[in-house]
Amino acid sequence: MNTLEFTGVVGLGSLLAGFLGALTGLGGGVVVVPMLTLLFHVDIRYAIGASLVSVIATSSGAAAAYVREGYSNIRIGMFLETATTAGAIAGAAIALHVSGNSIAVVFGLVLLYSAYLSSRHREAHGPHLQSSKLADKLKLNGTYPTPDGRQPYNVTGVPAGYSLMFGAGVLSGLLGIGSGAVKVLAMDQAMKIPFKVSTTTSNFMIGVTAAASAGLYMSRGYVAPGIAMPVMLGVLAGSMIGAKVLVKANVKALRYLFAAVIVVLGVEMIVSGATGKL
Amino acid sequence: MSDEMVTSAKPGTWNDLRIEIIIGTLLRTGVILAAAVVLFGGALYLVRHGHEIPDYRTFHGEPESLKSPKDIVHGVFGMSARAIIQLGLLLLIATPVARVAFSAVAFAIEHDYMYVVITLIVLAILSYSLFSS
Repeated sequence: MNTLEFTGVVGLGSLLAGFLGALTGLGGGVVVVPMLTLLFHVDIRYAIGASLVSVIATSSGAAAAYVREGYSNIRIGMFLETATTAGAIAGAAIALHVSGNSIAVVFGLVLLYSAYLSSRHREAHGPHLQSSKLADKLKLNGTYPTPDGRQPYNVTGVPAGYSLMFGAGVLSGLLGIGSGAVKVLAMDQAMKIPFKVSTTTSNFMIGVTAAASAGLYMSRGYVAPGIAMPVMLGVLAGSMIGAKVLVKANVKALRYLFAAVIVVLGVEMIVSGATGKL
Repeated sequence: MSDEMVTSAKPGTWNDLRIEIIIGTLLRTGVILAAAVVLFGGALYLVRHGHEIPDYRTFHGEPESLKSPKDIVHGVFGMSARAIIQLGLLLLIATPVARVAFSAVAFAIEHDYMYVVITLIVLAILSYSLFSS
């Protein structure tokens, strides 16, 4: 395969990854690394570098659309970013000291966990939850738009959410993914933030988190322009098309399909990593 | 719409919303600009190197000239296709950083100094990542 063909097939694969990632809300990053390593036999360090860059592109692109709707909470986002960016730097440092095969195994486990999370039911929180003292002090409580006007919400579980966010940052820096699933888990489950606020604020934070480790990956020479170029452009275009189609599509069926694909990729990554094939 | 926001929201929320719209524009512009530069560099790269056989199976690491912002800019002036792609990627990485920097200013305008400090911590971590090499 020459460079022209490589660019073409990787670009098309990334387009599909970005499209499905946007439709299902799981993000394209989770399939880019398995695609590059398992299908195109790219070294996992190059794959992670390219994936990180595409994660920044989709997050910033989608955030630009979300912020106008007034769901995302800028204070919650900024406060938790102190945890995710510090975690991302730690994750990128860990990546220096572990083999590509161990990274592949961790990657596979995170894929399986993301698939599990996406297939689970979500329960809505009561609107009149007691806010914690810490949340008051940090001014994390806010309002969000509903059909009956802006509804106030309270935030709790700040230390647990903050710790989970650090973990999300580590995974992002180690694996080159947005860790959107863990971020939403921290905000939705631990901090009891309304789901729509959690997802949009999480998306907002993903770009900043990925930027923290992307700088380090680039200065280490892990970002290869020949791979990052088709991946970034493909995922970005795919996610933009996905966001447009989202309104009309039967997302539920697609969600299960994508979850199944992720399970297969997760198992493949674990097996390849454990047998030292990557 | 602004009426219900003022009554049901805390003071400052209206400003938050306006700031978020500015941030949205900033992010969109950054991504479009970065994608355009990557596309241009990519086209040049394919014209020049399209028929070579790439080897990404083994990890070599990229050369010094494609690692640091300073060397990348230097390569761009020499019309290196790979350096132009890297410049686009650098712009992309800089986009969320610019968003954080802008938020610091926005919090200062709102006199929310606790959040100015929190935002500056995030900015410091990001700067460490970008310039530690």
